[in-house]
Amino acid sequence: MTSRLAKFQSIWQSAPYAFAFIGAMVIFAITLIANQGSGAGQIVSAALAFGSFYALVGIGQMFVITSGPGNIDLSVPANIALSGAVAMSIMGGSDAMIPLGLLAALGCGAAIGCVNYALISVLRIPPIIATLSSSFVVQSLAIVYGRGLRITPPPFLAEIATGRVAGIPILSVLVIALAGVMALVLHRSIYGRFLKAIGQNMNAASLAGIRVGLVRFGTYVLCAIFAALCGVLLAAFSGGASLNMGEEYLLASIAVVVIGGTSVAGGFSNVSGIWGAALFLYLLVTMMNTLGVGTGLRQILTGLIIVAVITLAGSRRGVRE
Amino acid sequence: MTTHSQQQRREAMPGSSLQDSLVALSGVTKTFGAVRALAGVDLSVGPGECIGLVGHNGAGKSTLMQILAGTLRPTDGRYDLGGETVALSDVSVSKAQGVGIRCVFQELSLCPNLTATENVRVRHAALSGFGWRKRAAKLLTEALDDIFPGHGISPGATVGDLSLGRRQMVEIAINFIATESSHPRLVILDEPTSSLDQSVASQLLAYARRFVEAGGSIILISHILGDIFSTAGRIVVMRDGAVVADRPASEFDRASLVAAMGHVAEDDEDEALAHAAKARIGEPVVIARPPKQANGAAVSLHRGEIVGLAGLAGHGQTALLRLVQHAAYHRSRLAEVRGRIAFVAGDRQSDGVFPLWSIGENVTIRSLPALSRLGFVSSAREAAMEAEWKDTLKIRTPDMDDNILTLSGGNQQKALFARALGSDAEIIAMDDPMRGVDVGTKREVYERIRKEAGEGRSFLWYTTEFDELLHCDHVYVFREGRIVAELDRGELTEEKVLQSSFDEAAA
Repeated sequence: MTSRLAKFQSIWQSAPYAFAFIGAMVIFAITLIANQGSGAGQIVSAALAFGSFYALVGIGQMFVITSGPGNIDLSVPANIALSGAVAMSIMGGSDAMIPLGLLAALGCGAAIGCVNYALISVLRIPPIIATLSSSFVVQSLAIVYGRGLRITPPPFLAEIATGRVAGIPILSVLVIALAGVMALVLHRSIYGRFLKAIGQNMNAASLAGIRVGLVRFGTYVLCAIFAALCGVLLAAFSGGASLNMGEEYLLASIAVVVIGGTSVAGGFSNVSGIWGAALFLYLLVTMMNTLGVGTGLRQILTGLIIVAVITLAGSRRGVRE
Repeated sequence: MTTHSQQQRREAMPGSSLQDSLVALSGVTKTFGAVRALAGVDLSVGPGECIGLVGHNGAGKSTLMQILAGTLRPTDGRYDLGGETVALSDVSVSKAQGVGIRCVFQELSLCPNLTATENVRVRHAALSGFGWRKRAAKLLTEALDDIFPGHGISPGATVGDLSLGRRQMVEIAINFIATESSHPRLVILDEPTSSLDQSVASQLLAYARRFVEAGGSIILISHILGDIFSTAGRIVVMRDGAVVADRPASEFDRASLVAAMGHVAEDDEDEALAHAAKARIGEPVVIARPPKQANGAAVSLHRGEIVGLAGLAGHGQTALLRLVQHAAYHRSRLAEVRGRIAFVAGDRQSDGVFPLWSIGENVTIRSLPALSRLGFVSSAREAAMEAEWKDTLKIRTPDMDDNILTLSGGNQQKALFARALGSDAEIIAMDDPMRGVDVGTKREVYERIRKEAGEGRSFLWYTTEFDELLHCDHVYVFREGRIVAELDRGELTEEKVLQSSFDEAAA
């Protein structure tokens, strides 16, 4: 028993993302069996589309969590709501306004990131409280700004968000490409290295000449921009912005990071696991729907699975014999 | 289990006879993956013995001690406790503690978030039931008073708030505490004096001698050979995972001991050190005033200079180095820094090492901008730097891609040196960086520092060892967060430094 656990943990150490993909495949198989093998293509296609949104917020959240224990961004849902509303109202349903609307939404996200980090750094509020309180302000702004707003997205943007080529969602291809770029940033760029150093030992990072404040600042802004992008695409996907469309992305953004094999203690993460976990999370819901599990039980199971993954990954730090 | 040859070897062992030995190892080996840390070691410790254990970084001293203390299981060999053989699979800390073996490890093992008293409870399970806090505090105070008279440590203090030296004092005291169920019979001291200043270190060594006279046993690991000679009755020399000499201390002298460790004694050291004091000309690259300084005195460092910060441990030297490091990147009203800076940590765990990373990544982190193009790190250039510094500082590892924690303490320190020396920094701040570094490596690093200073690099060097101040051009002595004396190389004597360090206390 012990040796099996040790083996499990050694796989986790060398390929922490593997379990998310394996889990996704197992759940996919169960769903197919329950469905008597029909609808495989549809499920995959939907998983890729919905998984794209999970992956987008997850990548941003992963960078924040990598920057060390205690770092987290809880303003993601409010950010999604506000950015989606801003983008839709500026675009006004016109293709010509897409660049401007997108820029405004991303700028809005960047501003939220700046505020978040200002609260953390200048006022020395712990990230969990800082981002939660800023999210209340942002959500209120979204309510004021978006009241009665019912603008359909520009056709070209809607096509990107919902269109499929040979059954594969265009959106998912774009997000996979973006994930590739971010993996490169995380593992090969100076910024990524600095971020991981800060996540392991902030004190040592500062003494090694890393501008800790600057890197953390950039990371919170990056996360907020990813959430804003998710807001724009989500609004385009669902035919217009709504105030509560970001709700489920709070837990989802954290869940995909953890299930994807990123260390909650910071300093160790990977991007591919985010995609594995995003598919896993979507397929899990699909499976439970297929099996006729009610909403309440579904949420309990989702919570339990996240707890189980953190527990199994918990001993990952024991690198030394 | 025991083979014939092992039997013979055991009979031939020097020192006390096996029957009354506290602990005896024979033919013990230990491998970590491909690395062979111990290659068949024999060692027995009898009551009332003080053994000095010396050897280079990575010679296997710490591994051997971890086996003695039961924290590591030998791969092969024989392990006897109190005259009885213990099966290798049964070797454990509780077994070793059962016969009174205690170990003060090089890496401090106290819980920083607990008070000193609570840490006593962690180590001594017998202190349970109503009123344990009071009893634990009493035991700790008694032990501290015994070992370090005038220590000034409150048992209710949170360990994390204590200076490194005081934490070490608490750790040592805890290991000498006797409770109803457990008495210390063999205490292993692994580099105990490296984070203590000289007066406290000599208190400890005096206590160790008293402890041995009273029938206890001590194993003392130290790179400070003077400590070994003043305290140990028997000296064991290790090299490459094996014991190469095991003789009474009286049969060694300094030169023969260094030779046994595998290093040719250098006698031209004094000549190299006797360089004349350089005139301090031009604009300083660093000017820094300690925050508590009332008068106008400030530390200044000129290009190509080695400036020493002396005084007792924890009197504001590290704080000054941090101030300088900070001022290199931010505006500061206390310090002015002209040039790029790199920092060599003394407290590896909290200031230096990135524990999830390889040795190589730990070395290159300070130099990444120079190893990159367009913000992305070049693997080839990074690998080249890793290989260069593995050779230059002789970091003992099969692979720079191995995790940094696979290295012994001294070799981790080399990696931190490589991080700073390999960088583009013009100024290097060193925070008592030679803790746990062996004599041979120290010499190489000293030589390198002098050479680089000659080429124009500037060094700001805090050290608790007087000998290291001899390498400096200029020395500032600190007391209670202030500069109390400024000495040129020409006027530097140990007496003057000590006098300034203690001035008020002595008066």
